[in-house]
Amino acid sequence: MIRSVVFLFFLLFFQPVLCLAELRGTGDLGVIIERASHSALIINTSDRSILSRIEGLGDVSHASVVFSRDQRYAYIFGRDGGLSIIDLLSGKIVKRILQAGNSIGGAISQDGKLIAVSNYTPGGVKIFSGDTLELLADIPAFYNDKQRSKVIGLVDAPGQRFICSLFDAGEMWLIDVKNPKQPKIKKFQNIGKQPYDALLTPDGRYYLAGLFGEPGLALLDLWNTEAGVKRILGDYGKHETKLPVYKMPHLEGWTIAGNRMFVPAVGQHEVLVVNTVNWQLIKRIAVAGQPVFVMARPDGRQIWVNFALPDNHQLQIIDVKNMELIKTLTPGKAVLHMEFTPRGENVWVSVRDENKIVIYDTNSFAIEKNLTANKPSGIFFTSRANQLGL
Amino acid sequence: MWRTLLLLVIMPVAFAETDNLMPQRKQVLQELLKNDCGACHGLTLKGGLGPPLLPEALAGKSDTMLVDKILHGRTGTAMPAWEKIINVQEAHWLVQYLKKSR
Ligand code: HEC
Repeated sequence: MIRSVVFLFFLLFFQPVLCLAELRGTGDLGVIIERASHSALIINTSDRSILSRIEGLGDVSHASVVFSRDQRYAYIFGRDGGLSIIDLLSGKIVKRILQAGNSIGGAISQDGKLIAVSNYTPGGVKIFSGDTLELLADIPAFYNDKQRSKVIGLVDAPGQRFICSLFDAGEMWLIDVKNPKQPKIKKFQNIGKQPYDALLTPDGRYYLAGLFGEPGLALLDLWNTEAGVKRILGDYGKHETKLPVYKMPHLEGWTIAGNRMFVPAVGQHEVLVVNTVNWQLIKRIAVAGQPVFVMARPDGRQIWVNFALPDNHQLQIIDVKNMELIKTLTPGKAVLHMEFTPRGENVWVSVRDENKIVIYDTNSFAIEKNLTANKPSGIFFTSRANQLGL
Repeated sequence: MWRTLLLLVIMPVAFAETDNLMPQRKQVLQELLKNDCGACHGLTLKGGLGPPLLPEALAGKSDTMLVDKILHGRTGTAMPAWEKIINVQEAHWLVQYLKKSR
C-alpha cells in the first residue's frame, strides 16, 4: 500500500517533467513572425504543423531571426530595438532586452558566441554575448564628425568578423571581434550612395551592397580587402526612368546559383543575372513588378521572386537552366516572404492579408497545405544556423 | 463649359476640406499606412529608413508640402511618388489623419 502511494506521488510529481523532457530534435523547426500581434509561431517543417505561439515580442513588423548553432535558440531582432532569445523546445522567451530605439537586423558570429545588432537610431552596431545578452561593445556609426548613420546589411563573415554598411554615410565597415570588448574596425569609404541592404555570398567570400542613390552594387572581396570596394553594374538602368519603389528590395535573399547571381533591379521590373566570375551583366529578366525577395531553391535550379505593391499578390519562378520565367502563382494578398525547406522540396510562403502560410511543392507547384497565422511576415527555418551570412 | 472647368479645378480642394471619403476607403488607407508606409516609416510610424510621421514630427509642417511629398515623392531619397495609388483627396485625408494624435 505505502509503496503504491509513493509510486502515485512519484508519478504525480514527475510526470510533467517527463512530458517536457520528451526527446525531440530542432533541425526541422522554424519561426514565423506575426507582425501585427507582437508574436511568433514555432513550426515544424516535417509535420507541417504549428507547435506553439510566443507572445510579448514587441514591434516585430520588420523582424529578422538568427539561430544558435545548436539550433535550439532563436534570436529575434525587433523593429523597436527589442532582442529576444526564444527556446524552441520549451516555446518560451528565455531573455529579452531593449537595446536601441529603432533597429533593423542582426547576425550571429562565426563561433556562435556573439550577437551583433544593427540600429537605425541611434545609428550603430552593438555586440552582445549570445548567452547572457550582456553588452560587450557599442560601435556608433559616426561620419562627418558628429552625425550618426543608419546601419544596414549586417552579416557575419569568416575570421570572427561582422560586416555592415552605412546608409547615410555610404561606407562599409569590417568589424573584427576576436576580442569582442575591443573590436577592430576597417572602414571603406565612398562605396556609393545610400547602400540599402547587403549580402554575403554563401561561400563567405564576397560582400555586396545594393545602392539606392545611384546605379549598381558595391562589392568587397574578403580574400583581397586591400583592393578596396569595387562598383559593379554601374551602367545598369542609367538612362532609363526609374519606376517608383514602394518597398525596398531585400538583399538577404539575393541569390547565387552556380556562377550566376540573381539580384532584384531597383526601380525596374526586372531580375538581373550577373556572372560571378567577371561580375558582368548576363541577362535582364522582365518580371511582374518591383522584385523584393529573389531567392534560390537550395539546389540552385529555381529562383522564386515576390513583389512590392501593387503586384504583391504574385510569385514568379525562374528556371535557372534557361534563365526564363516558367511559372506565375497567386498565393493571395500581400505575399511578404518565403523560405525553402533545407533541401528545397517545399517552400513556405507568408500571405499577410489573408492570414495564411501556403506550403508549395516546388516541383509540381501544387499547394500541399495551408496554415493559419496572424498577419505573417518573415519565415525562418533552423537550417539557417549553419549558413554563413544568415 | 467654363463652369464645369472651374468646378474641375476647385473640386479637389473642396473635397479635401470636406472629408467625404467612404469609410471602407479610410480603412484601406489606414492599413496602407500601417503596412506599406510602415515598411519605411515603421509600423508605429516612429521612423525607420524614412523619418517619423508622428503628430509631433509633422506639427508646423504645411499640409501642401506634405501632400506634395506623398503624391510626388522626393527625388534623391527613398520616398516614392504615390500618385498612382493615392489621389489628392486621399493624400489630404492621410495628412490630417497623421497630424491628429491617436
Ligand atoms: C521606400 C521607403 C518609403 C515608403 C514605402 C514611404 N516613405 Fe515616406 N518617406 C521616405 C523617406 C526616405 C522620406 C524622407 C524624404 C526627405 O528626405 O525629404 C519620406 C518622407 C515622407 C513624408 C515627409 C515627412 C516630413 O517630415 O517632411 C511624408 C508625409 C511621408 N513620407 C509619407 C509617406 C506615406 C503616407 C507613405 C505611404 C503611402 C510613405 N511615406 C511611404 C521613405 C518612404
